[in-house]
Amino acid sequence: MGKTGIIIAREYLTRVKKKSFILMTFLGPILIAGVMALIVYLALQDDRTYKILVIDDTGGAFTELKNGDRFKFFSVEGLEIEEAKRAFKDSDYTCILHIPEKILSQNRPLLYFKEQPSNKIQSQIEDKLERIVEKEKLKLYDMSYDDYRRIKTDFEMALIKFTDKGEEQTVVKEKGLIGLIFGVAIYLFIFLYGIQVMRGVMEEKSNRIVEVLVSSVKPIQLMLGKIIGIALVSLTQFVLWILLSTVLITVSQTLLFQNKLSQLSTQEEIQKPAQLKQAEQLSEDQVNFSDIIHPDHFINRINWPLMLGLFFFYFIGGYLLYSALFAAIGAAIDNETDSQQFMIPVTIPLMAAYFIALTLMENPDSKAGFWASIIPLTSPIIMIERVAIGLDSSQYWELILSMVLLILGFLATLWLAAKIYRTGILMYGKKISYKELWKWIKYND
Amino acid sequence: MGENIIEINGVSKSFAQHRALHNVSLAIPRGCIFGLLGPNGAGKTTLIRMINNITVPDSGTILFNGENLTAQHIKKIGYLPEERGLYKKMKVGEQAVYLARLRGMSKDEALASLKFWFEKFEITAWWNKKVEELSKGMAQKIQFITTVIHKPELLILDEPFSGFDPINANLIKREILELCEKGATVIFSTHNMESVEQVCSRIALINKSEKILEGKVSDLKEQFKPNVFRVVFKGNIVTFTNALWTGYKLLDHEKIDDTNISADVQLLGENTPNQLLGILILHVEVVSFQEKMPSMNDIFIEQVSRLENTTETAEKA
Repeated sequence: MGKTGIIIAREYLTRVKKKSFILMTFLGPILIAGVMALIVYLALQDDRTYKILVIDDTGGAFTELKNGDRFKFFSVEGLEIEEAKRAFKDSDYTCILHIPEKILSQNRPLLYFKEQPSNKIQSQIEDKLERIVEKEKLKLYDMSYDDYRRIKTDFEMALIKFTDKGEEQTVVKEKGLIGLIFGVAIYLFIFLYGIQVMRGVMEEKSNRIVEVLVSSVKPIQLMLGKIIGIALVSLTQFVLWILLSTVLITVSQTLLFQNKLSQLSTQEEIQKPAQLKQAEQLSEDQVNFSDIIHPDHFINRINWPLMLGLFFFYFIGGYLLYSALFAAIGAAIDNETDSQQFMIPVTIPLMAAYFIALTLMENPDSKAGFWASIIPLTSPIIMIERVAIGLDSSQYWELILSMVLLILGFLATLWLAAKIYRTGILMYGKKISYKELWKWIKYND
Repeated sequence: MGENIIEINGVSKSFAQHRALHNVSLAIPRGCIFGLLGPNGAGKTTLIRMINNITVPDSGTILFNGENLTAQHIKKIGYLPEERGLYKKMKVGEQAVYLARLRGMSKDEALASLKFWFEKFEITAWWNKKVEELSKGMAQKIQFITTVIHKPELLILDEPFSGFDPINANLIKREILELCEKGATVIFSTHNMESVEQVCSRIALINKSEKILEGKVSDLKEQFKPNVFRVVFKGNIVTFTNALWTGYKLLDHEKIDDTNISADVQLLGENTPNQLLGILILHVEVVSFQEKMPSMNDIFIEQVSRLENTTETAEKA
């Protein structure tokens, strides 16, 4: 094993043996799954029953409001809204629903509450109000409700991209979301592990062990050993996360959702004619699991091996590029409080990439997106998102160019960082300016 | 192989506008303890980093055992830098093995050698402790061991005793002398001239990036001795002064007690100590007579101020 190998082994082993690594590896997937489950739970779980006092200024049209499962409407003859509001605090009503007189033209009912009802309950109340307003309006136009149902239309456009080669490609907006998640994950991991490189370099500098080390090995070996060692730590963590998540998902699916899934499939088979009604009911009552197992669902139309492959490539490429810069920063400073002035220029391209990634959802073919996916400082975050949204075969050159430039970009930053690193690690007690850094870059060996 | 382990020929190094070393030449004979002396910022550390292959000279050459110094020689050099430390979170044994392997030892070699040293220093119990659990003195022992573990031919110690407690400093001094007897060459670098005077056989003085003196300690003292003799006598200082004719200069005198007086007399011209003694015994009763030898510090200060005076006059001219 060469000396760089010995360094890589130390950097890797000391980190994976840390309690925090083991804890993060096992708790990471559980934590993420737990947080997501908690969010879903909190969003769905609203088991209070709402007593809603209805103040109807229209003159009785809304007395026929039907109670829902978890909310009941009450009305008091002749009660004015101001009076109701005054008494609200001490009453046992949880909400006041105020329907103004001109609801048909203004369309704006008001809900006063002590505790905010969940979105689901809000939309159920809204639905019930809309039904009545619709009916009232229909009366004005002298039209039956059944006629109205037949006329009412609700479209969602199918977007089909006509590629340069004349192929037609269906655009699935959700794919952009998957791409964004990948991009943001790369963004976070570059930061997470890049900062670890910086800390590691600073540790060696402030421990004063670095001069002992560079009398045995070249500074570039020391720097590369650290960067590669931490890269291997991150890969270990990813692989373990993927394995653990797969296990966790499989186990939880079989344990928790098996009943629901089998129930769904039998229902679908038996009650095909009643499918419409069924779907409505489903979306109202529970999260819909049926479509995720459907082969045509967008999740299943994403090329996962390609995405994961590119994810690893762009993560490693981006990490190597940025960690070289972080190593240079760590070498240039004496303590973390001094890091700010050098961190800013490194974080700006990362932040820019993050914001471009957000806009890319809305405008996938933007010029900014194109350039950001080519330039090595932003390409790890943007290109993966563009690939997820979908590249034409005529755009493959962009992917290849982006990958080649990322490799070249890494080599360039490594060269630059090595020059700063080898001078910086032996420099103590001096506040370093950019001018100073520039001098270091120009030094001969 | 010549008799010099290190030969430095006309080495210069600059960092941007700052001139760290200018045309320095030095020869370090094998088996000696060599003192590299000079004030802070004189360029000692730069020179030492060059011998350790951490930086390379802008011009000039460095020879190790007659060969151009390269990375291969690292294995034969042990270096204890002024800025030294250990990984705090790493276990002592693990860390020592790691540092030894980076120096080019195999794992087994490192383990065997470490066993020897840990037993010698009676610190085997520390093997599995983390460095942060050790006291400063304990950590210094580990640092010393990792410096000498690969049996270097050349040992370079930069300000070795700064931060050492007296007990450790003595222990380390003893070990260094022992290694020297076994044939190792030692370079001591320090700004504290007194501390190495007794140990070093040769020294070089570096000031403001230039070497101003080099040689055997005894030769240098002989060369720069001020020809001053300390005479302790019984009698009267007036009688004593009257006895000194031209050719002698009374520099200083003080009363030791009621009867004894000590006086520093400098010989001028061709006068010898015997002549001085001959004159004195006719007038006072001499109790002791001893030549005052300069300390390295005296020599250094004298040389530096002399150089500064000459450059100033040169600048004025």
